[in-house]
Amino acid sequence: MSAATASKDVAKGSGIYSKAGSLSSERRWALWTAYASLILATIIFLAPPVYMFITSLKGSAEIANMQGNPWLVRNPTAENYTALLGNTMFLRFFLNSFIITGLVVLITMVISVLAAFALARMRFFGSQFLATGVFLTYLVPDTLLFIPLYQIVGGLGLLNSIWGLVLVYPTLTVPFCTWIMIGYFASIPKELDEAALIDGANWMQMLTKIFIPVAMPGIIAATIFAFTVSWAAFVYPTAFVTTPDQMPLTIGIVSQLVRADTFAWGQIMAGALLAALPPVVIYAFLMDYYIAGLTAGATKG
Amino acid sequence: MSADTLSVDTRLAPQPGTGSLRRFTRRRSTIAFLMTLPLLLVIVCLVAYPAAYGVYLSTLNRTMERSIGLGNFEILFDTDTFWNVVWQSCIFAITAVIAKALIGFWLAHMLHHIPTKGQRKWRGMLLVPWVIPPALSTLGWWWMYDPSYSSINYLISIVGAPPVPWLGEPIWARAAIIIVNVWVGAPFFMIMYLAALKSVPEQLYEAAAIDGATGFQRLRYVTVPMMANIISITVLFSLIVTFANYDIVRVLTNGGPRDLTHVFASYAFQVGILSGNIPRGAAVSLFMLPILAVCAFFVLRGVTRRNKEQM
Repeated sequence: MSAATASKDVAKGSGIYSKAGSLSSERRWALWTAYASLILATIIFLAPPVYMFITSLKGSAEIANMQGNPWLVRNPTAENYTALLGNTMFLRFFLNSFIITGLVVLITMVISVLAAFALARMRFFGSQFLATGVFLTYLVPDTLLFIPLYQIVGGLGLLNSIWGLVLVYPTLTVPFCTWIMIGYFASIPKELDEAALIDGANWMQMLTKIFIPVAMPGIIAATIFAFTVSWAAFVYPTAFVTTPDQMPLTIGIVSQLVRADTFAWGQIMAGALLAALPPVVIYAFLMDYYIAGLTAGATKG
Repeated sequence: MSADTLSVDTRLAPQPGTGSLRRFTRRRSTIAFLMTLPLLLVIVCLVAYPAAYGVYLSTLNRTMERSIGLGNFEILFDTDTFWNVVWQSCIFAITAVIAKALIGFWLAHMLHHIPTKGQRKWRGMLLVPWVIPPALSTLGWWWMYDPSYSSINYLISIVGAPPVPWLGEPIWARAAIIIVNVWVGAPFFMIMYLAALKSVPEQLYEAAAIDGATGFQRLRYVTVPMMANIISITVLFSLIVTFANYDIVRVLTNGGPRDLTHVFASYAFQVGILSGNIPRGAAVSLFMLPILAVCAFFVLRGVTRRNKEQM
């Protein structure tokens, strides 16, 4: 009898201890699972760009000789990069991309900051309706509009021109930038504008002296978004531009470097990596703003 | 004295007060209108008008000289390729979004579990697929799928499995497109879910622990309900983007083999721009509208509901 209770006690005791033990081992196990999953995911997520880089270091002879491990490079060479940087057509793509993206970012930020300020602070007839409309236009994908826009841009005589792209890219960037700027502006305390009004500031001064400086993180996030979207835009340039000297990078590389039967894989990969560099560099330096902009769409506004 | 000032106040204040106030509001609404005018121009001229024009275009005949009503839609309904496109689009979007959501959810959890100090580094590396322009990273995938020298098949052959005809067989080509789309989109889900996970109050987990909840119960009764809104917004938003995807299909297969991997966007492009039948291309892309409208409605509802909660 007493032995039974004693054994029960022991069992209970060991039960508690084993539970405590299992809890910490459970936690350690969870941590290992977490690291194992993250390592696996990182390898898979980074494999394609790494492989692109490996290929870009290979000479054409090494790529043509399809023997052995494709993930290794035996005779690294920079010839693909030097060939591209000496290729006027490729440099022209880069220049076009920079002109288009620069102008589109500028246009987008002016339009969206002005509109977001008005929508966040000046209640006027239809302002709520317009804010909803902005979000809805953000949800309209470019692939729904490119055929009518093709006709419209063609009617304006802007097909095969970077100006046609500058005209239509704001449809990709303006709605989202306005939407997240409304969110950032709305989060600025009303006391600040009241103080400015008492000091006799007009609306424009209020915007430039208070709202823009205070909402700077939001403006940086929106600018990054506008930059990456117009840099990566693909549908519009593919539809509207067929002459190489007016092409931005994305379609330039996909249509001009990928030619006929002989694929210069090394050069294609080098070109794609060079073209991906500006957004990646911006991301590397401004990651927190980038992520703030990414998550702002659903969490702000 | 005090009575005087009071009477002065009541006598004088209303007139200049209301007058300037009215002028103020009038000026304010004028300024507000001018400030939103560029935005209105973009929305009306570059989104609303093209959308309406697209509907009009879809009713024209090939040479765009006369209206044929719903003729383009009738012709599309009669072609097998079009029904392939419908199926392929739906299968592609649904499979890819589910995979992205699950992988993103899993990775967000794993990131949330590790010490905060290391999270930034891992997050930084895991978001890279999202940062590279998809058209360019898809070129890399294309080369990895290359039939004669596929680096993926090399890895598969190490395990001893036979090589996979990635872009040659329709079924594998479809899988290849979904894989690339998941690779591009999963980091976005991860980031959204991680932000949502971080906003769940720690007290809820403590309360659940005191009530003796297991890990799964914590997930089921605390995490998921708290994240439900973000999950639905992200899924619906991704459904829109994935459904309307163009660049991956264009670069990877361009619709082949035998037009079996076309989605709405690439088929509309093929018919409308490359074959020059603009009205029918417009009709194809209009088929995206109903599903997009449904998704957009629910996204909007989720976002407004979330805003109300936060207020």
